[in-house]
Amino acid sequence: MAFNRRKFMIKNASWMLILLLLLIWEIICVGFKVPEYLFPAPSAVWSAGIARWEPIMMHAWQTFFTTLVGFAIAVVVGLVLGVAVGTYPIVYKALYPLLVGFNSIPKVAFVPVLVVWFGIGTVPAILTAFLISFFPVLVNVATGLATLEPELEDVLRSLGASKLDILRKVGLPRALPYFFASLKVAITLAFVGSVISETVASNMGIGYLMMAASSSMDMALVFAGLIVIGVMGVVMYELFAWMEKRFTRWANRGVNATAV
Amino acid sequence: MAFVKFEEVSLAYEEGGALAIKDISLSVQQNEFIAVVGPSGCGKSTLMKLVSGLSEPTSGYVYIDGRQIGGPQKCIGMAFQASNLLPWRTTLENVMLPLEIVQPYRSQLRRKRKEFEAMAMELIERVGLKGWEHKYPWELSGGMQQRASICRALIHKPQLLMLDEPFGALDAFTREELWCMLQDLWQEQPFTVILVTHDLREAVFLADTVYVMSKGPGQILVKRDIAIERPRTLAVTYSEPFAAQVHVLREHIGSIRKS
Repeated sequence: MAFNRRKFMIKNASWMLILLLLLIWEIICVGFKVPEYLFPAPSAVWSAGIARWEPIMMHAWQTFFTTLVGFAIAVVVGLVLGVAVGTYPIVYKALYPLLVGFNSIPKVAFVPVLVVWFGIGTVPAILTAFLISFFPVLVNVATGLATLEPELEDVLRSLGASKLDILRKVGLPRALPYFFASLKVAITLAFVGSVISETVASNMGIGYLMMAASSSMDMALVFAGLIVIGVMGVVMYELFAWMEKRFTRWANRGVNATAV
Repeated sequence: MAFVKFEEVSLAYEEGGALAIKDISLSVQQNEFIAVVGPSGCGKSTLMKLVSGLSEPTSGYVYIDGRQIGGPQKCIGMAFQASNLLPWRTTLENVMLPLEIVQPYRSQLRRKRKEFEAMAMELIERVGLKGWEHKYPWELSGGMQQRASICRALIHKPQLLMLDEPFGALDAFTREELWCMLQDLWQEQPFTVILVTHDLREAVFLADTVYVMSKGPGQILVKRDIAIERPRTLAVTYSEPFAAQVHVLREHIGSIRKS
């Protein structure tokens, strides 16, 4: 088979862009002789990463762990509240203004409160990750349930199905694509939450590592930390994107076929 | 005794609002096939909702099998203009859906899944969908979806089948094909059918009795018995008595529209 250049380009577009950006970055840093304590070149970041591989991994694991725990709580709480909000109009009316108001509060502002309550360390990081990421899950699940076509509901109701039957047979499967879409958003937000909390109040995690590194002007290490967070975010996002594709094929029909 | 009975039934969707249907009285015998025709907006679908228990009458009574209706019924199968198949289920899974809800199948499903699947496959084969049972609804044509939808309405062996313009969205050839399919199913294993339609030929071809409804509020104007021999073939639709029946109904509808 002939080498299809266009297909190859589309398939590897993201890698090529990353390489290009790294190259430009390197050229700017070397060409303009930018001092390393201001803006380190990728090569400097790389060597810093290699040199301090072990502490970076240790902190990365901490961040990964807190993020996942916070995210897991967010998924459970978001799912339960989302089902309640999407199923019962009264819960929707009662809860929605409160939730929107709460979601408007910057979570950084909330971290000091959590520190007073739980001390510095892992717990506030988990809670911040949870607080910042449960909202999209809730909204999406509720939307998926609330936009259920009345005709589909009628099919089940005419069979004498209970409210729980309707939720199980139609409501939840119907909301599943919305749910998986929200997981992709929520996992990246969860990383934001845990890292924010770590920078403010922790002695563990990538956020803390970056704070410590920047206070000693070790910019290469700061950037190494940033990249590690970014990589973890992308990996988790891709994982959930894959799950979405796998479990809700019926909702994305045709899309995958055309996008190579 | 009548299987389905309406006694002076009226319904207003909003309290004190305009009546959707007014003083409807009709009775359907066991295993009778009736059709309700009328101009759009005459409350035909309201009639369906009343029988299935999805709506409650504002005044009057609806009985099924001698019992007054309170809440959704279990012995009913329904098919609508849209096939309303669940897009995340294959044809077979869609057809099996009522067995997961309706007793006694529901509690036997775990033990007798194989047996029920065979039952569903038989029905699927019967309507000409063999080979499509593991396809998803979007992979089926409109006519195939409607066939599957009718299978789903019949799988739990309901005593009453309610059809709300089930062939309305199909092309003429597919529609006539499905008429014959439905007639065959009904003759093999009789059940009571209430068909709501605005296609007069469809009503005359399928039904034993045709009711004509007026609009705003919906009332029953005419009841006509169709005494054409069964099984009716498509050739019958071009015969003189058939045309005469359609013509009479057409005139009734015409006079409603003028008034």
